[in-house]
Amino acid sequence: MLTVRKLSPQRLWLLAGYAAAAAALFSAPLFLSDFRLNLLAKFLAFAIVALGLDLIWGYTGILSLGHGIFFGLGAYAMAMYLKLEASGGRLPDFMGWSGLSELPFFWKPFESFGFAVLMGILIPAVLALFLGFFTFRNRIRGVYFTILTQALVIITATLLVGQQAYTGGTNGVTGYNDILGESIASPDTKRMLYWVTAAVLVAVFIVCRYVVKSRFGKVLRAIRDGENRVRFIGYNPAVYQMVIFTMSAAIAGIAGMLFVLHVGIISPSMMGIVPSIEMVLWVAIGGRGTLIGAALGAVLMNWAKSEFSTTYPQGWTYFLGGVFILVVVFLPNGLAGLASKLKLSKTREVRSEAEHDGIEHPAV
Amino acid sequence: MKKKWFYQSGLVAVVLSLLLAACANNEEPASTTTESGSGAASGDVIKVGVLHSLSGTMAISEVSVRDAEMMAIEEINAAGGVLGKKIEAVQEDGASDWPTFAEKARKLISEDKVATVFGGWTSSSRKAMKPVFEELNGLLWYPVQYEGLEASPNIFYTGATTNQQIVPAVDWLLENRGKRFYLLGSDYVFPRTANLIIKEQLKAKGGEMVGEEYTPLGHTDYSTIISKIKEAKPDVVFNTLNGDSNVAFFKQLKDAGISAQDITTLSVSVAEEEIRGIGVDVLQGHLAAWNYYQTTDTPANKTFVENYKKKYGEDRVTADPIEAGYTAVYLWKAAVEKAGSTDVDKVKAAAKDLEWDAPEGKVKIDGENQHIYKTVRIGEVQSDGQFKELWNSGDAVMPDPFLKGYDWAASIKPTD
Repeated sequence: MLTVRKLSPQRLWLLAGYAAAAAALFSAPLFLSDFRLNLLAKFLAFAIVALGLDLIWGYTGILSLGHGIFFGLGAYAMAMYLKLEASGGRLPDFMGWSGLSELPFFWKPFESFGFAVLMGILIPAVLALFLGFFTFRNRIRGVYFTILTQALVIITATLLVGQQAYTGGTNGVTGYNDILGESIASPDTKRMLYWVTAAVLVAVFIVCRYVVKSRFGKVLRAIRDGENRVRFIGYNPAVYQMVIFTMSAAIAGIAGMLFVLHVGIISPSMMGIVPSIEMVLWVAIGGRGTLIGAALGAVLMNWAKSEFSTTYPQGWTYFLGGVFILVVVFLPNGLAGLASKLKLSKTREVRSEAEHDGIEHPAV
Repeated sequence: MKKKWFYQSGLVAVVLSLLLAACANNEEPASTTTESGSGAASGDVIKVGVLHSLSGTMAISEVSVRDAEMMAIEEINAAGGVLGKKIEAVQEDGASDWPTFAEKARKLISEDKVATVFGGWTSSSRKAMKPVFEELNGLLWYPVQYEGLEASPNIFYTGATTNQQIVPAVDWLLENRGKRFYLLGSDYVFPRTANLIIKEQLKAKGGEMVGEEYTPLGHTDYSTIISKIKEAKPDVVFNTLNGDSNVAFFKQLKDAGISAQDITTLSVSVAEEEIRGIGVDVLQGHLAAWNYYQTTDTPANKTFVENYKKKYGEDRVTADPIEAGYTAVYLWKAAVEKAGSTDVDKVKAAAKDLEWDAPEGKVKIDGENQHIYKTVRIGEVQSDGQFKELWNSGDAVMPDPFLKGYDWAASIKPTD
């Protein structure tokens, strides 16, 4: 099925669809007000996390309820750079009122933009590798792994809140002026940052697509559908799980960095349990096991959240909850599942679909 | 499989175009107004934003402030509005989430074009909104006592800064209750900063700190800490716990057989509203420091309390932040009328030295740091859930957010 490489009409449609989507994405600044563009940029950053999350959940069957950490660590790395840039050589304000008189040593290198970006990817990746090394190798999986990721969320958030002098505490890190010498508040910079985000999203999408279509991706799906069988065939699932989990965390870190640039604040509340679960919900609603579904799910759910809360400031949480329930009950495979359902009713490929893209996890 | 991609790509295109269309559509009409829904800012209304947490952990506190602000807006409208125009409130939900506060603040200023915003409770929400207001030159009225060390040109602070609540309270305690202080607080910026200041003050004034503890927000087990308190034998527990933790702490303190007669506790985040939640039996005799109590005896307060209860129910109580939110709306109105415009810079200029007879007594805006002069009051919880004022500062105290007037505070100067 995956070997179709001729330019069939369907494939042309596919390319046209992606081209249209990309065109819409990149021309958005022409249609949207500064505020809306800023919102969309934030949603795109969320879409990037969703892609990474889909890699491990939708394709490998590892449910992480701890992606808020990786997202947050990336965000903090960028925030540290921005804060130092804004402080212009002086001590960041929150350190002053928390009783520090000197910049902590681990803050110093973050004066460099390149270092901050590198750390924003490396720190989440290394943490994920570390966690993966001790769990996957010991065949900790399923619910146990998920609980571990939750524990990691609590630990990280508590640590960040407790170390106010070094992390800004519950307030987080906010109050930025410029990035690479450009004012972060100017519409031009914002537009540029939007384009950067859109480009990163497209790039991450392409990379993820490449990964899931590759032989590596096939092994991932095999692990999802029957880890023991994969092991018996002679693969070591732990290595694959570690690699994909690390990659997913790095992607979340990248998303976090972009998030800070658009939102202007990162606080532990953004990496707690609730946001971590929300991220999984975006993927569930968009459709796990399909990259486009995950990305769209993130954008749509956040857009809905923003619109609902504006229209019904009193009761928006009920609406949003209602949407979650409706989707889970009626569209167990998410919005992308709806698309393939529409298709399935018209074709006879039911069985092959279920085999290749269904989400069933056979009992191991 | 091939066909699947076809559907997927179609879905992408459709959804994205819908999304963009929806976003673009929403630009012009103010379809987002919630209260009157009378549409865009035509000539006869002035839009203001009301941005509090209506959901999440902070909702329980912030909804009352929102209510007071809405009441003030209604009263002003009933009396003819501002500059002959009605005020229209655009409500948004900060959802107890700091980035959401920043997002909604941005939306209120740049989409709804509100003249000003009343909102926030936690320091974290204010810190998140501050860069947005400064960037877009908006105007925020922040109604809660806080840790000071801040003076944004785009924020008016109608709650107390440290020298209008904590510093005088410590002085009073040193004079009346003893020298040995035990500091207990929730683990976030306000308690930590407040205690930093208190420690310096104790050092300078001959007090002694016999213990300092922080617990996470929402923490409910205080048995260990109460044992430590028993052991340390302080004269005073200075309590900066916030929210639910107060319920647990005071209940367990009572269960441990420690009453207000044994150890004085003074709280800076326990007001009338919280007493209802914690229980009078547990709190009776304990102290608090605020600038306003429901029992504060001023003519303006009589009407304020009456109207608030009439509007929202006899069982509701007023409290310091509620009053400060109400006062903020009236101060803004007075400034707009003096300026003859809602333009932010003009309103700021007009607000300088503006005075108003608030329920808490006469308040005056300090032109320099945009805080207000407030009377400090120390109160004791009575059996009816109200405070009896034990002491007040007489005149309204000049706000000094950076504690410039206090030599001992030299080391806690902020960096910006």
